[in-house]
Amino acid sequence: MRRSIPVVAATLGLALTLTACSGSAEEPADDTTSSAAESTGSFVMWVDETRIDSFKPIAAEFEAETGVKVELVQKISGEIKDDFIAQVPTGEGPDVIIGAHDWTGSFVTNGVVAPIELGDQAGNFAESAITAFAYDGQQYGMPYAIENIALIRNNAILPDTPATTFDELVAQAKGAGTEFSVVIQQGPDAGDAYHLYPLQTSFGAPIFTQTEDGSYTTELGLGGPAGDAFAAYLQKLGQEKVLDPQIDGDKAKQAFLDGKAPYIVSGPWYATEFVDEGMDISVLPVPSAGGQESKPFVGVQGAFISAKSKNAVLANEFVTNFLTTEKIQTELYESGGRLPALTASAEKIDDPILQGFNEAGATGAPMPSTPEMGSMWEFWGTTEVQIIGGQAPDPAAAWNTMVTNMQGAIDAA
Amino acid sequence: MTQQTDRPDVTDRVPPPPPRELPAGSRDGSHARNFSGGFLVKLVLVALIDAGAVYGILAAVAVRSWVIAAFLVLVLIAVNWAYFSKRALPAKYLVPGMIFLFAYVIFAAVYTAYIAFTNYGDGHNSDKADAIEAILAQNEVRVEGSEAYDLTVLSRPDELGFAIVQDGEAQVGSAEVPLQAAPDATVEGEQVTAVPTWDVLDFAAIAQQQEAVVALRVQVSDDPNDGALRTNDGSTGYVYESTMVYDEAADTMTNTVTGTVYTPDDHGNFRSAEGEALTPGWRVSVGFENFTRAFTDQRLRGPFLEIFLWTFAFAFLSVATTFVVGLFLAIVFNDPRVKGRRYYRALMILPYAFPAFLAGLVWRGMLNQSFGFVNEVLLGGASIPWLDSPWLAKFSLLMVNLWLGFPYMFLVCTGALQSIPGDVLESARMDGANAWRVQRSIVLPLLMVSVAPLLVASFAFNFNNFTLIYTLTGGGPNFPGAPITVGSTDILISTVYAIAFESGIKQYGFASALSIMIFLLVGAISWWGFRRTRTLEEI
Repeated sequence: MRRSIPVVAATLGLALTLTACSGSAEEPADDTTSSAAESTGSFVMWVDETRIDSFKPIAAEFEAETGVKVELVQKISGEIKDDFIAQVPTGEGPDVIIGAHDWTGSFVTNGVVAPIELGDQAGNFAESAITAFAYDGQQYGMPYAIENIALIRNNAILPDTPATTFDELVAQAKGAGTEFSVVIQQGPDAGDAYHLYPLQTSFGAPIFTQTEDGSYTTELGLGGPAGDAFAAYLQKLGQEKVLDPQIDGDKAKQAFLDGKAPYIVSGPWYATEFVDEGMDISVLPVPSAGGQESKPFVGVQGAFISAKSKNAVLANEFVTNFLTTEKIQTELYESGGRLPALTASAEKIDDPILQGFNEAGATGAPMPSTPEMGSMWEFWGTTEVQIIGGQAPDPAAAWNTMVTNMQGAIDAA
Repeated sequence: MTQQTDRPDVTDRVPPPPPRELPAGSRDGSHARNFSGGFLVKLVLVALIDAGAVYGILAAVAVRSWVIAAFLVLVLIAVNWAYFSKRALPAKYLVPGMIFLFAYVIFAAVYTAYIAFTNYGDGHNSDKADAIEAILAQNEVRVEGSEAYDLTVLSRPDELGFAIVQDGEAQVGSAEVPLQAAPDATVEGEQVTAVPTWDVLDFAAIAQQQEAVVALRVQVSDDPNDGALRTNDGSTGYVYESTMVYDEAADTMTNTVTGTVYTPDDHGNFRSAEGEALTPGWRVSVGFENFTRAFTDQRLRGPFLEIFLWTFAFAFLSVATTFVVGLFLAIVFNDPRVKGRRYYRALMILPYAFPAFLAGLVWRGMLNQSFGFVNEVLLGGASIPWLDSPWLAKFSLLMVNLWLGFPYMFLVCTGALQSIPGDVLESARMDGANAWRVQRSIVLPLLMVSVAPLLVASFAFNFNNFTLIYTLTGGGPNFPGAPITVGSTDILISTVYAIAFESGIKQYGFASALSIMIFLLVGAISWWGFRRTRTLEEI
């Protein structure tokens, strides 16, 4: 009989915990049914740290208007995309994610986003903003802001820009007597192909060939004589110390802030900081280096809806009916400093800096969103920085090897 | 009332407390069996664990995670058996460790091995059901030029329906019945506001059953090819047509426009006879393909040998340099003639207290060619490419790892030195051995007995020292023109990272296979190393 004491005690304990657990499991269920009568429900939205401050008031407004609670979750900008792809299949992903249009391709090939129906609103947006989120004839994201890089001038050092070519620009900047002339951010190892792209396109060597309407195919377009010419030009800029592999984004920004450079090629993310620091700046298109027009990549910000959203109606209501209103797009412009994707909001903006960016990006095409694009950056930036830094003494040969390797990566995928 | 009716039941079932046959502790002193203070504490603790486990089981069952539920059931049984059984004394100590071993080590290892045999990665991200759903959703497109309707969601018991206004006339339909005119419906403007026998749902009510609302397709006419009405937001409806149809019986996808039939292939894709694949695919087992690919992929071959040799060189030199410096300092500061050696020792440990990733980033900044502290301040404006020339980057890496690693060697050597009995050394000196001879013949052999296994472990650690490589050089400077972007300081594990993650296309299956191969390599080397260290003990 002795044996039974602990056994009974354990059974009792187990029974008690069981009842305790089942009790607590029921309570939240009661909560949801009772609170659902008051509020209409909720959905989860992932936003990275660069955009969360803009979206907090938007989420509050949506709740005030519809009674739907938006549960904002802040994610790290470097991880939000991969986390989304990994989490959606497990059912732990959010209903909505705010991100960049060039994620579309990998989201679609992984089946983690649901198509969005723009309805008759497509015409209200800048065309490039809509096509940026289109993939294989379907729309997957709702744009809210457009951004691209341009030439930014420190008016305190140089009041005007007579230059029509990049060489003239460098000559004028060197005449200013500052430590740097035209700062374009790089990185010692991976380079930065994005910031050099306006120069590259001015040689007529886009990353992928473009169709009539300017959208990108998946056929490499940066090889051939045009690419060789651009590679040689990079070497020249490296030898003239215009470009320096050691100057990364932070150092480029600091150099411009400190008045050590009359020009920088950068985007609205730094321009807003320059203005906040009280600098007098102008924004211009990047002058052509190779004779043709320089076209930066255009990036579009927007919202995607998860393919496995259990709150699809609420998510769609927010993304297609709330985020697309002029009031909200204007608010997002005011907090984020990017050109609104909605034409009605964009037309009301008379900020010369933003207009400058808009003009510089007017002919640029949205960055390709195909999965192939993801594997281009490393080869691209590495080769460019090796040409600039002198590790690749024969620029044309290095460039052609890069094109072969890029093709190899595309074929292997 | 229930309390009172329940109570007799319980007392019926619980046997009355048994009479004590023997005074407590006379024959059975174990806490497992008698009511002492310790037993009650244990009871409470185990009850807490049980509560947690039961909660976990219920939660796991609720989301149908059978593996986790089964694991928790086993944990529950194991814990209760171990702590309430008299015979399980060793288990009382082993169970907590075993549970953590399973949860954190074995599970991760088994899961990595499982992933290594699948094609998990970009394009094969989820299971087949998700892939089918995604393909169908991606190929359901709005009929070109069709109207946008102000849609009303209706409900009847067991049924949902849509109502729209078409050419000024109200139309109502449901999943079973295609849209048809409903002349008795009330229309305000372009929207239906009431339909007899149906309830009109407001936004809150739609939100309550949104999954059913979004899934509802109401055919426009009797002909399914005319398309179906659906809504995403519960207020606007469009007519869609599907260009892809899934045949569940045959397990095929058919394109309704071209008639192409796609059948599942053995790599988790629907593929047409011409070889065209639909995306997304799903995760399938691919056998040893990920493993053989490591040897057959032409693109991996080029830089592989150099990386392989550098991995060995890096691990060996890291251990050698840190050990030599650590041992030297340990011997110096073990000498009682050094004044204030306790303070020196404390200072020596400092680099060890830094997190490695932080140290890597700080050194990366200090060694920057144009702006780094080393070039700018220490070398008076020199422009030495510490991290940007292939050989200097390797050198810098070893130096930083020396800075990070010598305190550990210093610590273990100091400990080992202090455990060498003083009388052994003294008798050696009495026998006329000079200082060098004492170090070489007495101190070092005794030291190696305890330190050698740590050297093997340190080798294994540095063989996979991803953190330092990633934070200090990122593997660079990259090899010019290599078909995969890896560099002069990449070791095997950082190469895996570069291939599987940085290349832009995620390949979790391939990365798992490569890391298992590296694990086997390190395991074999360590096994050999530990066997060798045993011979050192035979002095």
